[in-house]
Amino acid sequence: MAERIVVVNNPEQSAGREQDLIARVQRGKHELFYELVRPYERRVYAAALAILRNESDAEDVAQEAMLKALANIRQFRAESRFSTWLIQITVNEALMRRRRERTVIMEGMDDRRDEESDYTPRDFADWREIPSEALERKEIRRKLAEALASLDRKYREVFVLRDVEQLNIQETAEALGISVASVKTRLLRARLMLRDLLASGWGQGWFSRLPFEKGTKPW
Amino acid sequence: MDEHFGACPRCRSVLEGMRNVIRLYGDERMIDLPAGFDRRLEKRLAQRARPRSSRWFTWEAWLIPVAAMALIIGGVWLMNSRTSIQQARSQHANAGENIPPDLQVVVAQGTKIFHVPGCSFIHDKDKLRKLTAKEALKEGFTPCPRCLKKYLETTAAAYALPGTQVDADVDDDAQSARSDAAHTEDVHGRN
Repeated sequence: MAERIVVVNNPEQSAGREQDLIARVQRGKHELFYELVRPYERRVYAAALAILRNESDAEDVAQEAMLKALANIRQFRAESRFSTWLIQITVNEALMRRRRERTVIMEGMDDRRDEESDYTPRDFADWREIPSEALERKEIRRKLAEALASLDRKYREVFVLRDVEQLNIQETAEALGISVASVKTRLLRARLMLRDLLASGWGQGWFSRLPFEKGTKPW
Repeated sequence: MDEHFGACPRCRSVLEGMRNVIRLYGDERMIDLPAGFDRRLEKRLAQRARPRSSRWFTWEAWLIPVAAMALIIGGVWLMNSRTSIQQARSQHANAGENIPPDLQVVVAQGTKIFHVPGCSFIHDKDKLRKLTAKEALKEGFTPCPRCLKKYLETTAAAYALPGTQVDADVDDDAQSARSDAAHTEDVHGRN
């Protein structure tokens, strides 16, 4: 199963090439659209999965988001980043599908709980950094994905949009319909919790036991 | 802040831990796509992205005009067979089919309707003649739609005004085909 690898010399070149592709698709060369979005397949899927948590739903929504982007390609303005635009469409589609499939419970209450208490991160005596090369191993990737999935929805979504999809704080707030302050609080909390999960797992055998139960404080 | 991080190992460990998290999750290698994802996506995009001209030359595209033709032809045929039947029989000829032929009914002089005796819709109750349903039908009387209602449910449409296409015996598809065909015929007729 060989992947087609596109070798790019430098960022400016790839950005220019992308601008060119976008322009051609906008002028009607729709068959080039796949080549345009290929670099973003992973990110689009990850965004959908973070919101829907189900692999086949996420793939479905990822495809639909791409189709929607193609249908609206002429609305894309070169001032913003194409990846951001694509991810925003994906998030929208995913949220819409989730809204259709179940009622949203107590969304308002969640905002208040952000300010409730400070989260104290744990101390780890034998904490070691996980190198990026570890990502080559499938079980490491799976553990990272599990840790992310175990987070509460509101933390998981903010973290994915900000730290995985590289949206800025403002874009994240808009995409999720929450305040900038909520984004910042939840982001910090998410990062701390993930740090805890990863650090405890790395030292003691991955996730044989979650370091904290939901709702209770970890100290 | 940098000073503090230099001096305080606890905070430094938190900071480094978070940086580690951000670096790992920001790396696209972290994301595993389901097997075949790109193939399926490419296929779905290709269906939508097919250049407009070629979209009309698929077998699916031909289904619509072929189906339309079939409907029209079928409709015209049905229309023809239906009108010839109607010319041979009177409009109400179907109506008596379900009425038991030996049922005792009455007709009032001067009307063309036969009733069950005692029906409240009989005019001129004095001048009633008794006969069997079969005889009444033969003489050209029509059943009262109120007291003989239960026998008439399947043929209610026979009481529709002349010129309509509705016939309750025919199923829905043929019915709509005929009304479509009639409409088409009408349009062509006007041309």
